Amino acid sequence: MSEDVEGVQTGEEVAEEPKEPETKMISMEKAEEAKLKAKYPNLGSKPGGSDFLRKRLQKGKYFDSGDYNMAKATKNKQLPVASVEKTEITGDHIPTPQDLPQRKPSLVASKLAV
Amino acid sequence: VAGGTGAGGNDVQWCFSQVKGAIDDDVAEADIISTVEFNHSGELLATGDKGGRVVIFQQETENKCQPLSRSEYNVYSTFQSHEPEFDYLKSLEIEEKINKIRWLPQKNAAQFLLSTNDKTIKLWKISERDKRPEGYNLKEEDGRYRDSTTITTLRVPVFRPMDLMVEASPRRIFANAHTYHINSISVNSDNETYLSADDLRINLWHLEITDRSFNIVDIKPANMEDLTEVITAAEFHPHQCNTFVYSSSKGTIRLCDMRASALCDRHSKLFEEPEDPSNRSFFSEIISSISDVKFSHSGRYMMTRDYLSVKIWDLNMENRPVETYQVHEYLRSKLCSLYENDCIFDKFECCWNGNDSVVMTGSYNNFFRMLDRSQRRDVTLEASRESSKPRQVLKPRRVCAGGKRKKDEISVDSLDFNKKILHTAWHPQENIIAVATTNNLYIFQEKVN
Repeated sequence: MSEDVEGVQTGEEVAEEPKEPETKMISMEKAEEAKLKAKYPNLGSKPGGSDFLRKRLQKGKYFDSGDYNMAKATKNKQLPVASVEKTEITGDHIPTPQDLPQRKPSLVASKLAV
Repeated sequence: VAGGTGAGGNDVQWCFSQVKGAIDDDVAEADIISTVEFNHSGELLATGDKGGRVVIFQQETENKCQPLSRSEYNVYSTFQSHEPEFDYLKSLEIEEKINKIRWLPQKNAAQFLLSTNDKTIKLWKISERDKRPEGYNLKEEDGRYRDSTTITTLRVPVFRPMDLMVEASPRRIFANAHTYHINSISVNSDNETYLSADDLRINLWHLEITDRSFNIVDIKPANMEDLTEVITAAEFHPHQCNTFVYSSSKGTIRLCDMRASALCDRHSKLFEEPEDPSNRSFFSEIISSISDVKFSHSGRYMMTRDYLSVKIWDLNMENRPVETYQVHEYLRSKLCSLYENDCIFDKFECCWNGNDSVVMTGSYNNFFRMLDRSQRRDVTLEASRESSKPRQVLKPRRVCAGGKRKKDEISVDSLDFNKKILHTAWHPQENIIAVATTNNLYIFQEKVN
């Protein structure tokens, strides 16, 4: 058997585990924390606190639909261009929602289905 | 010795079977696989991606002349499940990414699955059509209507066989019930209800009813400034229809009994491993966040996955897990950089094999880990194109945490953190596993001699 068992513990054995690996584990974490604090001195002391969670809950926030559409367009490296009716003179035609360019859903089949 | 000892009970050796997806390195965001799930018989395997698409593979029926031949999974159906949306009221983008797929147990010829994005759950019916009616009196074969004055005789239309067509149709749309992002769905053993969980709330639905759902857990504080904990996963017990669990970003699991009260804000059991407060670091809470919780098939145990470990809990013991397995302990000395590149927030899933003797979870560098509970052994395997010759046995991989790197070992600093295996699935009965890399689906099978 060439496999080492990597850190398998059972609930019953915890009390008998030597303290050394555990303290090594924690000091590694604290060393990493010190590294982080050195890079970002303004980091708050409560990482799992409300700032992090609120950022997570705010995922996908845009200022308005225009902001959203611009972000999508820039991502696809192509600005949407409204189709111009040749018979219309600028200012003569009041746009309706149907005239505005929509983000086309991806109709491309998944590559897993090839 | 090449091959070494595998995990999977009785020295299972894993072999490459198939790989799905494109080879090119330039991965389109839409092709990123976001969920993988076998159905209850294991005959069907579904994947969901960031582009909102679902692909279902079907296992070939075994060749009776060659009982030991490997059965392959081929494309059965594919459809666009969710589309991107924009919530105009809140100026929030709603991604079409499929967060989870869960199959319903089969009741008739059709198959049903639930698929969900951040906001909307859909029930899809996948049915087969292998015959079509022909010989109408009023219509031509191509559908054009016949001039009724030319009809002189009547005939009875008959069904004639046709090439198999698999159709997917949305049967129910369960929308507008989640303010926050849905992370889990779970079908109840009663086959009538299911739950959906977002960051702060869990709702109970009836599969037939789309215009209302019951809120059964609500952890939203009165003042959002007081928010310290979110729900990360939830699942119904496999046999007890009144019991479900949900995990949190603080590393706790709460078991709730719906018979106790309508709103299950007060848990029946709280599973938490005590921690010495003096050992806490900046990272402690983040790495204790549970990314997945799964009941064993037996219903006696549950497994949780946090950033560095997998824990098995006995439902009868709340104060600590019965087993703890380190997935990639060598990352503990890299937490600073993993926080900077956001990898520390990666959500790994985990799964049980059919008889609950082995569990599996993913890691980085396209590595995944098999943890054999019964034989107290574990192995690291890799999903890569280099090891994808037909029936090629997977070689165990080893990571060197520091010091002298042995031959065949890979050092922690050489690991590719963009190659993450977050989603894996195990066939409910056989030793067949599905492992999703960023945009490819690997299928591995037990070596058959």
